Amino acid sequence: MKLKISALATAVAVTISGMAYAQDLRIATEAAYPPFNEKNAAGEIVGFDVDIANALCAEMKRTCVIVAQDWDGIIPALVNNKYDAIVASMSITEERQKSIDFTSPYYSNYIALVAKNDSGFTMDDVTSKSIGAQRSTVASEWAEENAGSRGDVKLYDTQSAAYSDLESGRIDALVSDYLPAVDWLKANQGFGIVGDKIDINDKIGIGLRKGEDDLKAAFDKALAAIRENGTYLAISEKYFGVDIF
Amino acid sequence: MSVYQDAKYAVSDAACAALTPVTPDSFGQFCPRFIDGFFVTVELLVLSCALGLVIAISVAFARLSSNMFLNKAAFVYSYVFRGTPLLVQLWIMYFGLGSLGAENLGFLWPLFKEGWTIGLIVLTLNTGAYVSEILRGGLVNIPKGQMEAAVATGMSWFQSMFHIMLPQAFKIAWPAYGNEVVLLMKGSALVSTITVLDLMGQTRTVFSRSYNLEVYAYSAVLYLILAGMITLLFKFGENRMKTG
Repeated sequence: MKLKISALATAVAVTISGMAYAQDLRIATEAAYPPFNEKNAAGEIVGFDVDIANALCAEMKRTCVIVAQDWDGIIPALVNNKYDAIVASMSITEERQKSIDFTSPYYSNYIALVAKNDSGFTMDDVTSKSIGAQRSTVASEWAEENAGSRGDVKLYDTQSAAYSDLESGRIDALVSDYLPAVDWLKANQGFGIVGDKIDINDKIGIGLRKGEDDLKAAFDKALAAIRENGTYLAISEKYFGVDIF
Repeated sequence: MSVYQDAKYAVSDAACAALTPVTPDSFGQFCPRFIDGFFVTVELLVLSCALGLVIAISVAFARLSSNMFLNKAAFVYSYVFRGTPLLVQLWIMYFGLGSLGAENLGFLWPLFKEGWTIGLIVLTLNTGAYVSEILRGGLVNIPKGQMEAAVATGMSWFQSMFHIMLPQAFKIAWPAYGNEVVLLMKGSALVSTITVLDLMGQTRTVFSRSYNLEVYAYSAVLYLILAGMITLLFKFGENRMKTG
């Protein structure tokens, strides 16, 4: 009898864990950060992050559901179990690591200052002129640190709002991640990058709830696999023409 | 402006020097940001209340006027601003009209360039619409005979309005007006979405630096203190009106 019960318990446990395993993996992205994640005309979420997420899910043999979530609330909603992972070009920072875990990095990010070509804006102007950035980003941290305390830093809820204020002339320059800036500059003549891209030793990882060590190991293993088999390179070249790992 | 700015920062730094030893670390670390933001919220509130009151009195008069054009224009204004969300009004002005840029807006551009000025304009127009309605309610509740008597004693229409009607209308409308100011204070947090670093804007920035949800509690306490100050001010006014 005892044996039966424990066998039953094992069977139940196996079924439950099997169910949990078969359950869809919910992945959040911002869907407002082209070309990494954005909504296309049809309303589908697409981009580098989405392709990477799908490649990782295929590698892990799990079904994934990609959901869109505003940047400001993307960490709290992960912690509250609204989804299981964030694949949204999120920088691995100490502050974030206090609330969530990260997988190994899946690419490296640089930031850059963008200004009107004829504005004569230089790096030295950061302390005296108005600069914009998206709130809660490494770019905004850089802006606040370099503009000095109480410097004229305008913070936006989305990157596109910052770009539109740069175009209208409300801000003299903006700080943004490098690759999206290059992408934006393709479509916007008359603007350019001030100086060179800025290396802030910024690594991008997948955000997970603390303590989800199995999921973290699975992601890391899948990431190593797609690096190995060329899937990653194909996606990176599709968007940027180079390997951005 | 910059002297004023410096003075504001000095006050904020002094307040924080005093507060830091007695407040939690997660507040003290970012204290100047909270106090700077608090001042911006107070600034916007005081200015929009003052300017809004001027608009409100004019619009309330227009609503009571027999001139059809004035009457309808005032009605449309107050209907539009009371009937649409404050957030929509802010975004139409900032992202909508503002995106036309310096070339198209010409001499209006300085008003549209900064989120702060747009915030002030929209809060003013919004509260003007609400207060005009509150005042109109007060005015129509005063017996008609008073106005007739005032005019009969030789006062002009404006004199009768300012000396006889408005003081009574304010007395009737006072509690509702106090409520509206507190509502405006809470609504003002929305200017944080158009880059203004008011109390809410600073709080969101601090949150993005620390991911510590406690910061919203600190900001709530500061808003409560401000609401308490407004309530006390109106209570004081009410007592003055009773004795006066």
